[in-house]
Amino acid sequence: MHPAFSVIFLTTLIGAGQGLFLALFTGQLYSTVRLVEQQPSSFYAVGSALSLALLVGGLAASFFHLGRPERAWRAAAMWRTSWLSREVIVLPAMMGLVFLYGVFHWAGWTQPWLVLGEGALTIDATFVLGMLGVLVALVLFVSTGMIYASVKFLQEWSSPYTIANFIFLGTASGFMLAAAYSALIGNNLVSFFGTWAVIATLLGLGTRSASLMRNATLKHRSNLQTAIGVRHRGIVQKSQGFSADSFNTREFFHHQSLRTLKLIRVAFLILVFPVPIMLVLLGYQLQSTTLPILAFAIQYLGLLAERWYFFAEAQHPQNLYYQQVS
Amino acid sequence: MTQLALVIDLNVCVGCHACVTSCKQWNTSGWAGPMVDENPYDANPTGTFFNRVQTYEIGSFPSTETVHFPKSCLHCEDPPCVPVCPTGASYKREDNGVVLVDYDKCIGCKYCSWACPYGVRELDEQQQVMKKCTLCIDRIADHTLPEPERKPACVMACPTNARLYGDVHDPDSEVSVAIRERGGYALMPEWGTNPANHYLPRQKTHMHVTEEDLQRSDNPLTKEDITVYQGEETMEDVTW
Ligand code: SF4
Ligand code: SF4
Repeated sequence: MHPAFSVIFLTTLIGAGQGLFLALFTGQLYSTVRLVEQQPSSFYAVGSALSLALLVGGLAASFFHLGRPERAWRAAAMWRTSWLSREVIVLPAMMGLVFLYGVFHWAGWTQPWLVLGEGALTIDATFVLGMLGVLVALVLFVSTGMIYASVKFLQEWSSPYTIANFIFLGTASGFMLAAAYSALIGNNLVSFFGTWAVIATLLGLGTRSASLMRNATLKHRSNLQTAIGVRHRGIVQKSQGFSADSFNTREFFHHQSLRTLKLIRVAFLILVFPVPIMLVLLGYQLQSTTLPILAFAIQYLGLLAERWYFFAEAQHPQNLYYQQVS
Repeated sequence: MTQLALVIDLNVCVGCHACVTSCKQWNTSGWAGPMVDENPYDANPTGTFFNRVQTYEIGSFPSTETVHFPKSCLHCEDPPCVPVCPTGASYKREDNGVVLVDYDKCIGCKYCSWACPYGVRELDEQQQVMKKCTLCIDRIADHTLPEPERKPACVMACPTNARLYGDVHDPDSEVSVAIRERGGYALMPEWGTNPANHYLPRQKTHMHVTEEDLQRSDNPLTKEDITVYQGEETMEDVTW
């Protein structure tokens, strides 16, 4: 497939936005049960604003993918059958929850509604919004993943790994960002978020390597024989029916050399996994405030490469019909 | 339920592209607006087509065969392109099974083209909406046209009658009989799309002449008996 930058930015930006929200609420959860230090409400409010900015950025990027962006509202219609439609509904819902979560923290509307276990767990509006947000963030990860995983003849994508990768990689970059944000404002949650970021990154490494290995030995079910229905070993296309390019040659081929593909794969395997983990650990050792920021930035760059490769790696069966210009 | 479809006879398609040009001519002139071309007379011309004729060589020299292979939307009975469309712009008509795109609803997200294994949907570069074969819905459903003209433009144009058109759910239709009796097959059956369009495989056309055929008594190639008979009793003299 042709890797479109609109979709690469859409999926990586909203992934980081959702992950950051998960991180913020994890922080809140831990501080309610007093496992980490209480944070001022501004921490959550500004964090939510950051998460919202990423989600809005992703949404903005997605518009560049559309031929007719002015009609984008129509895309909510077919949620019963289309994962794309579901994503289109869940993304604004996510934005709304993140917005409310931030506003409630900012305004200090945190009077407890319910106190459980002698004050061990206090439930307020932000807690409920946060729980809802976590749920919606997960649904959004699944919707995004299923857009790709549900196309069964794009065999590289059609696997549960696709969804796992979206969840873990998005969560990892969100927690990295939370660590970077904590380092920037100088609070003491850097190592807390950093630890979770490393765990998510390692989980992502597991599922991403598993999907790479699966795809390396993938046997495609379609071939030229089934494509034109002629049972013969020697079939060569002499003409695809036109003399230059077409939508079919532009949209479904990456037009890059195998070397570039390999290079990008190595690049993302280094930039997404070992480098950020090392930087987080090093930052912990040196009590550095810049290394976590660097870790997030490098991992995000790596994720752009990862997403690029994700698209380029997928071989659409329609390509069988478009082998020979003449 | 009716399922209109094309059946392509690979025995007689000569790769003349008459279906391609007649399709373009009819559909670019219709109510749905032009099928845009870019650089039509320059290097790298590109444009929207509903139908393309491809050419394949099968076997290795000298025992090769050239197969011309027209390809357009197969109007699948279980079209994977329809449920993925977020706007409902892609749909399958209930009454005749034709898969269509509502150009006024399409947002040009291209997801349906990813979800079609056959590569027959093309995004129009200027209108930025998804286009594909409509089976000339504005001909076949137009009851003001005389009956014999209620056919897709490509079917009318094909000089060798390689394109049959009809209802594949009617067991007695020309297309159903052709599929049944001439080994009609579907493309990429492995994905369960159940294409309505079918292809008729090449048949062997070798002629086998035996010795007997050449030596038979009434064979004009046997030497004529040119003896001139004189005096002897000939067959004419025998009185029956
Ligand atoms: S051939 Fe492709 S575009 Fe046509 S109905 Fe089947 S899946 Fe859809
Ligand atoms: S490109 Fe148009 S027809 Fe295709 S899935 Fe998107 S909205 Fe539907």
